Amino acid sequence: MKIHEYQAKDILRGYDVPIPRFEIATTPAEARKAAEDIGRMVVVKAQVHVGGRGKAGGVKLAKTPDEAEKHAGAILGMDIKGLTVEKVMISDAVDIDREYYIGMIVDRATKKPVYMVSEAGGIDIEQVARETPEKIHKYAVDPEKGLSNEEALELAAKIESRPAVAERVADFISKLYEAFVGSDASLAEINPLVITPDEQVWAVDAKMNIDDNALYRHEEIAAMRDASTETPQLKRAREMGLSFVKLDGDVGCVVNGAGLAMTTMDVIAHYGGEPANFLDIGGSSSPDKVVTALQIITSDPNVKSILINIFGGITRCDDVAKGLVQALEQTSITLPIVVRLTGTNEEEARKIPAGTEFVSADTMDEAVEKAVELARQPA
Amino acid sequence: MSIFVDENTRVCVQGITGRDGAFHTKGMIEYGTKVVAGVTPGKGGQVADGIPVFDTMKDAVEKTGANASILFVPARFAAGAVTEAAEAGVDVVVAISEGVPTLEVSKIYQKLERLGTRMIGPNCPGIISPGKCKLGIMPGWIHREGGIGVVSRSGTLTYEVVDQLGRYGLGQSTVIGIGGDPIIGTNFIDSLAAYQEDPQTEAVVLIGEIGGTDEEQAAEFVKENMTKPVVSFIAGRTAPPGKRMGHAGAIIAGGKGTAAEKIEALTAVGVPVADRPSEIPGLIKEALGS
Repeated sequence: MKIHEYQAKDILRGYDVPIPRFEIATTPAEARKAAEDIGRMVVVKAQVHVGGRGKAGGVKLAKTPDEAEKHAGAILGMDIKGLTVEKVMISDAVDIDREYYIGMIVDRATKKPVYMVSEAGGIDIEQVARETPEKIHKYAVDPEKGLSNEEALELAAKIESRPAVAERVADFISKLYEAFVGSDASLAEINPLVITPDEQVWAVDAKMNIDDNALYRHEEIAAMRDASTETPQLKRAREMGLSFVKLDGDVGCVVNGAGLAMTTMDVIAHYGGEPANFLDIGGSSSPDKVVTALQIITSDPNVKSILINIFGGITRCDDVAKGLVQALEQTSITLPIVVRLTGTNEEEARKIPAGTEFVSADTMDEAVEKAVELARQPA
Repeated sequence: MSIFVDENTRVCVQGITGRDGAFHTKGMIEYGTKVVAGVTPGKGGQVADGIPVFDTMKDAVEKTGANASILFVPARFAAGAVTEAAEAGVDVVVAISEGVPTLEVSKIYQKLERLGTRMIGPNCPGIISPGKCKLGIMPGWIHREGGIGVVSRSGTLTYEVVDQLGRYGLGQSTVIGIGGDPIIGTNFIDSLAAYQEDPQTEAVVLIGEIGGTDEEQAAEFVKENMTKPVVSFIAGRTAPPGKRMGHAGAIIAGGKGTAAEKIEALTAVGVPVADRPSEIPGLIKEALGS
């Protein structure tokens, strides 16, 4: 799950990671008040879930509360890559001497938490990785032992040569580790980590993603989910335990299993069609899930045909068939539906939809070809 | 032969008295798997489906000689259950559970390495050596014994491919669903290395998907170490970047992890990549010259 900069900073502050003073504003007047409280030069920063906020004009320096109010007025309501800015952060603009980069991920290859540190901070790290990869130092931590002070210091010394400052950076690295593990992050990025002229260390920008699988044990973080970034369809899907991604095509898909759902999209493209969505009804299917899935799909006006592709393992074909019949009883779906049910309890499933209007298919290829063809026909 | 599990695999089911555990235990026994024990804390001494239930893995292993386990426990207890199985000394532990926190998997992986236990999953359908042992939740009846190894990050897509192989008379040595999470116990390379050594396996189908670089690393491994033919399918050619496609590990991040990159890496080392699952049997027959 993505969280906003101010939420990441709240989490980090809880682990004593040094964060410049900030307040959140939803109106220009609040921004003015925040700037007055801070009483120094401030930065007004859009809080949206996308990168490149600065380039889009969503980050501005303000020398006075007047300016903070004016910038907040311009940034609030601004559209950045399709997202509307509803909150701005008013942050103390600390003086900058040097800018470093510190990132952490759980690395798939080493299967460990891995640090990436660089003396080239403040700019796009992917650009650094492309142009000067030697400036990025990686370090994998044994998650059973955790990060020792010696390891943190060794890592800090790769980007900071002054011993006294390196110690502060090492302390920062250690605290970031605690925050990362403590909040079950999947990514944490401090860019830039600023060293001030008086050699203080600050996390000036912070980005964190939290492992969805771990949200059950972090209620306070789970509550940070930004409902405004979620469409009603997505919300319903999530609450029902369905994986759903909206796409732009016209063939609606209901599939069990993520791999098969992606493959169904690919095969639709192979036959010249375009999928309207990715939708995985998950393992243990109940008829309810199928009903919800069909309601979500038919709420998209682009959808012209529906393809149900089920290979039953844990999912029982008769459950899916029951859900299908229920959905048709409860709603008035007029779109053509192609059904392919194979696997566990397929015989039982065949008995259920009798008397209802489906196009049935034996193989995925056959089902997809029919669904694509039906989507092309004028309604 | 076959890989990782065979007719000598003696299975303990962790969470045998739960709804899913009971259901799939039945399925495994019906398939012919030697299920010798079950574990549910607090229910030791009971008998479930004719199988003795123990309180701990240690008891189960000592009293029944179980050498593999499969767990049907909620995700939040999965890491503990895997660790318990490894400490009790089983060789293979299959973690079906979806939703285990990634950092927990990272931690237990290091421990399992030290103990010498192989974990398959988490978030996987398990492993089957047709005719010998089904340690998982896959529909057993679609499989038949033969010479094709199948290794996949997916569940139902694997069934689809196995079904396709069956239609063309291509049986399987061992079919492994390695799991859809970012961090998993057994990866493509571990599986490919075992297939290469397995006398029953004549060719391998590798089913990948978007996210990470495991397929690229597998391609490198094939080039350096495999003499048996490998064919592939990669799911997610049409997946948009930045969106998680169901599996926690299936996301194109920062332009990396696309199907196109994986297909290119595999093709470059001579691994043919099917456009659709239904093309896989043809590619296998071609590779085997039959």
